[in-house]
Amino acid sequence: MAEESKVTLYGYSPCPFGKRVEMALKLKGVPYEYVEEDLTNNSQMLLSLNPVHKKVPVLVHNGKPIAQSLVILEYIDETWKNGPQLLPKDPYKRAQVRFWASFVQQQLFESMLKEFKTKGETQEEASKELFEKLKLLEEGLKSFYFDSDRSIDTEHVGLLDLVFVSVFGSYHKVQEEVLSVKTIDPEKSPLIHSWLTALLDLPVVKETLPPVEKMVAHIKFFRQRFYLPQLNDP
Amino acid sequence: MGEEVKVFRTWSSPFALRVVWALDLKGIKYETIYEDLSNKSPLLLQYNPIHKKVPVLLHNSKPIAESLVILEYIEDTWKHRPLLPQDPHQRANARFWIKFGEDKVFPAVRDSLLKQGKEQEEAHEAALESFKLLEEELKGKKLFGGEEIGMVDIALGWLANLVSVLEEVLVLKFIDEHKFPLLSAWMRLFADIPVIKQSWPPRDKLVTKYIAIREARLATN
Repeated sequence: MAEESKVTLYGYSPCPFGKRVEMALKLKGVPYEYVEEDLTNNSQMLLSLNPVHKKVPVLVHNGKPIAQSLVILEYIDETWKNGPQLLPKDPYKRAQVRFWASFVQQQLFESMLKEFKTKGETQEEASKELFEKLKLLEEGLKSFYFDSDRSIDTEHVGLLDLVFVSVFGSYHKVQEEVLSVKTIDPEKSPLIHSWLTALLDLPVVKETLPPVEKMVAHIKFFRQRFYLPQLNDP
Repeated sequence: MGEEVKVFRTWSSPFALRVVWALDLKGIKYETIYEDLSNKSPLLLQYNPIHKKVPVLLHNSKPIAESLVILEYIEDTWKHRPLLPQDPHQRANARFWIKFGEDKVFPAVRDSLLKQGKEQEEAHEAALESFKLLEEELKGKKLFGGEEIGMVDIALGWLANLVSVLEEVLVLKFIDEHKFPLLSAWMRLFADIPVIKQSWPPRDKLVTKYIAIREARLATN
């Protein structure tokens, strides 16, 4: 019986999607085993757990695998009902969380990745795109996320906080070091900046996100080894 | 109870159809507002300032955008005739396939329409690969939701609507009866369900629409 209820998380430390799952498990107080998968080597275990995407993170609970980090977060919230709720109870607020989580994940993260994977003009376009999208997020936060006195509630860390801090927490600083680009400017994006700062101060975030130096090394490696050689222009 | 439900849609948007199907399956009454995307109404822009797109669901004056977010909202709000299973693991599985449809299937089919030459070939290949996985998932089931339509069927339902249209427009085969027998059977079954059938946009209009889209895209290349 104990074997069945065991929770195992397969992740890859530079990957932000696994980090958000880890933070969720910690917030819920769920004991788990973490297994590091080296994505630069094909692993048989990974192929059997996530045959569709062959990717991390994968959560295994009761012997059954679940893939896709946002799907995993909802699963965690529905399965471990004690402890903080990752999604609000009210359907409309849940919709807003899902909307913005999807926006951060699909729009912002994609643009950020484009920035790392390209150079020259294409990279400049990606930076512009990212900046425009950050403006939208800043506006959206004003009307939705923060209460009227603009305070950030870090007592109730939820799904959107986890998605956001896992994407921006390490990457934001990494971007500045690797690309010399300042993404989250406190003057241009004050709400986003203060939200990020507050989240980065939380113990669960500090102990889960990899240190900046490690992320910088990783991104530099990926850029040199995989991304830049794929580009057509020298 | 005087609940006000409105749906902003176009006559053909496959994303908006998802919302229509979910509401119709649950028997929710709503008002439909048709948008002309070349001339968007001030209301649409007010309710969906981020993406400025359809569908938007308005419930008691509160707007919700993004079709998959809307589906989950509908499920959270009207709990009868559930579209997702009760068991958390099965729910996670359903959400996984919905995401797969959105992230893999749809872009490949869309790019088959919008690209040409090698890029189109690659998109078409990717689409076929994604169909293989859907075919696997259908093993032992009539519908992705099992015996009854669920959220996965609704999310993927655009295939039953559009695949034959695109096959005609592009002169390209996507879902061959012999290669994908389960998926073909699913498309026929889904299309024939009364609630679905009653809201299919007219096929000839769809063919005209997608021919025009392809021609416009090729002209800009």
